[in-house]
Amino acid sequence: MEVNFKIFRFNPETDETPHYTIFTVKASLTDRILDCLNKIRWEQDNSLSYRMSCAHGICGSDGVTINGSPALACQKLVKDYDYTKEILIEPLKFFPVIKDLIVDMEPFFERIKGISPEKTESPSASPDREHTQTPEERSMFDDAVKCIICACCVAACPVMLKEEPDFIGPAAVLRAQRHIFDSRVTDTEERMKILEEPHGIWSCKSYYRCTQVCPKGIKVTEAILKTKKKILQQLHPKKEQETER
Amino acid sequence: MIYKYDVIIVGGGIAGIVTALTAAENCHVAVVSKVHVTRSHSVAAQGGIAASLGNEEEDHWEWHMFDTVKGGDYLADQDIAEILAREAPAAIVMLEHMGVPFSRNKAGKIDQRRFGGHTRNFGEAPVKRACYASDRTGRAIMDALFDQCNANGVKVHNEVFIQKLLFAGNRCCGVAGYDIANSQPLVFQAKAVVLATGGCGKIFKTTSNGFASTGDGFALALDAGVPLEDMEFVQFHPTGIYGLGILVSEAARAEGGVLRNSDGERFMERYAPTLKDLAPRDIISRAILTEIRNGKGISGADYVHLDVRKIGKERLAQKLPEVTSFVKTYLGIDPSEKLIPVAPTCHYLMGGIPTNSEGHVLMDKSGTEAQGLFAVGECACVSVHGANRLGCNSLIDLVVFGRRVGVTVAAYAKKAVMPQPSAKTEDAMEKKIVSLFKPEGTQHVSSIRETLQQIMTTKCSVFRNQGDLQEALSEIRQLKKQYANVALANKANSFNYELEEALELGNMLKTAEAMVFSALQRKESRGAHYRSDFPERNDGEWLKHTLVYAALEGPIVLYKPVAVTWFKPQERRY
Repeated sequence: MEVNFKIFRFNPETDETPHYTIFTVKASLTDRILDCLNKIRWEQDNSLSYRMSCAHGICGSDGVTINGSPALACQKLVKDYDYTKEILIEPLKFFPVIKDLIVDMEPFFERIKGISPEKTESPSASPDREHTQTPEERSMFDDAVKCIICACCVAACPVMLKEEPDFIGPAAVLRAQRHIFDSRVTDTEERMKILEEPHGIWSCKSYYRCTQVCPKGIKVTEAILKTKKKILQQLHPKKEQETER
Repeated sequence: MIYKYDVIIVGGGIAGIVTALTAAENCHVAVVSKVHVTRSHSVAAQGGIAASLGNEEEDHWEWHMFDTVKGGDYLADQDIAEILAREAPAAIVMLEHMGVPFSRNKAGKIDQRRFGGHTRNFGEAPVKRACYASDRTGRAIMDALFDQCNANGVKVHNEVFIQKLLFAGNRCCGVAGYDIANSQPLVFQAKAVVLATGGCGKIFKTTSNGFASTGDGFALALDAGVPLEDMEFVQFHPTGIYGLGILVSEAARAEGGVLRNSDGERFMERYAPTLKDLAPRDIISRAILTEIRNGKGISGADYVHLDVRKIGKERLAQKLPEVTSFVKTYLGIDPSEKLIPVAPTCHYLMGGIPTNSEGHVLMDKSGTEAQGLFAVGECACVSVHGANRLGCNSLIDLVVFGRRVGVTVAAYAKKAVMPQPSAKTEDAMEKKIVSLFKPEGTQHVSSIRETLQQIMTTKCSVFRNQGDLQEALSEIRQLKKQYANVALANKANSFNYELEEALELGNMLKTAEAMVFSALQRKESRGAHYRSDFPERNDGEWLKHTLVYAALEGPIVLYKPVAVTWFKPQERRY
């Protein structure tokens, strides 16, 4: 079966503006989109650039925009799209494009770093023993542990794309949630205060796009809402009562 | 561009990061990584990390040590296996304190489950020794370590591809490579260099390994005159998703899954009556391929079934969510209802750069230390896994030895003065890159690579013999000649992956040659190295480690003894 891919191209060394190239690939229904990109690069055009590593949705390297929606190229198959028409592959939105499908992820990782206090507290358990944590306590942040920091949620977030590009974004808030709800962590208050800084958690307007696109099926918006609630309860108990009234 | 650090670590997987975090307490450290560190292949580790915590049932480090030695078919150095088993519990506590979100039992302790080859009381029955974070243990550890790196200011140079170890006299004093983003040569000057470059699964057609696992560290070592140890011992994980090679964790069998042939028979009962489906990986991979050879593959094809139906939907979601989702995504199968088609997939290299227990690279059979050069993790051969690694012993190896190497390398750097690499290193690096752009080349990277993967898969995988290995060796040499004439069509400097893959292919060819040559010499069957023409283990002649060196006219092998302390080699039955 032949499938057409329309791919975003930009070479900073030679191009002033981006353009699109159409490639025709012999593919089967169960081929990963990443397999198709590899066929293009290895058989047709060596200059096509994109990141990849594990090829099965756990390393988070190959987030791209497929037919307008962010996804991992190794986790989507040809049959997941209307393959009778061109499948459109573009870089992740929001991020500056460096070359073809490669974007600058540094601002993203900076935001991930930014949600941690400068010095994390030392553990509360005795040095030769693990902390005690019940399965129920552990389950409070289990969803967030699934995050592979691929940035698909960021590339889908209407707040970041249209309203407030400085928003720290769903991935960073999710990672903060992972620590704030971890019973072993003692500096949760400081972590919550960081989230309350400008462009922090309160910029989220619950569009649920992050939840829709998350390749790991994490309920990102719910995690953010849970964190907002906890911040209200712990840092602003009065406000919380008012909201409930 | 020239950078200076006390210690430079090449590779940002779990081994490299644990080493970096440990060393950073006492010196100025940086990590260089070919992929962004959180994309390293360590994150693909699924099922668990072994330590005799005894949280679920009685367990002892002595039992863990014995299992490691027996699992390795007595080729593991027993003093080293002792270090691994003894220090494993403390390493787990360290990880837990760093924030790793381990799964918990009802008492609130780290939960533990069974895993292949891990037994109670020296082989009696399976024991619960694997700590885990559902089936994303590697990812969970890596993410916690990444947070620690950020909190402790460990400097990371992402997307830098190292091409050369630098020496001042006989002392390693840095590394040189280039920035993948713009092809600019980079030199990292250091008092000590740690290689943590991972494995080489990509030299085979079907592998669980990511694209970055191309044996880069092995080529760096061979080029510098450093030998490689026990390169013939390659692990094929029994349960890769058929056709894709993506791993279905051994945890699937630990939680109750069984392998079935075309008759629906649970055939492992015949091959390993005590441990059955939880026998070590080398034994199960051979059993699967034997079934297939005997016509018991499913529908006559080259795979068998993994049956996890009795685990049930709920437990699958809880204990094996990633595996369940891989199977659904790539095969369209719900494993709680249908059988999963599986076949062995290249997974891990037991061999590697010879080191002692502190990570010092060893140059010869008498153990002469290379100055300023260390190795750790899958790229190293310390040798703790011997001829076959047990599941969950890899992650614990990375942490136990990462800590040891971190301490040693920091102490080494403290005493050392910054050596001066010879001038013009940057020029030399540029020349190496430019040489690949030569216009007269006619050969293509991807076709040479595909041929290599085909050769390795048909002639140097689970079953081997003299004739196949000899053919493989001469074919690889043919490919090396073709490689010398490789041409790059892509002339871009920015993210030129044709260039990267060409350089990787050079490393893959060197690694494959060392592997095939070592396998050709070892005329016995031990652990993962099975010779159809020499089907028995032969301790009289072959209870020894291979050391392979690169030489102009082809590889040379020497041998060094195995450290046997507590456990006399016995017949290996499960």
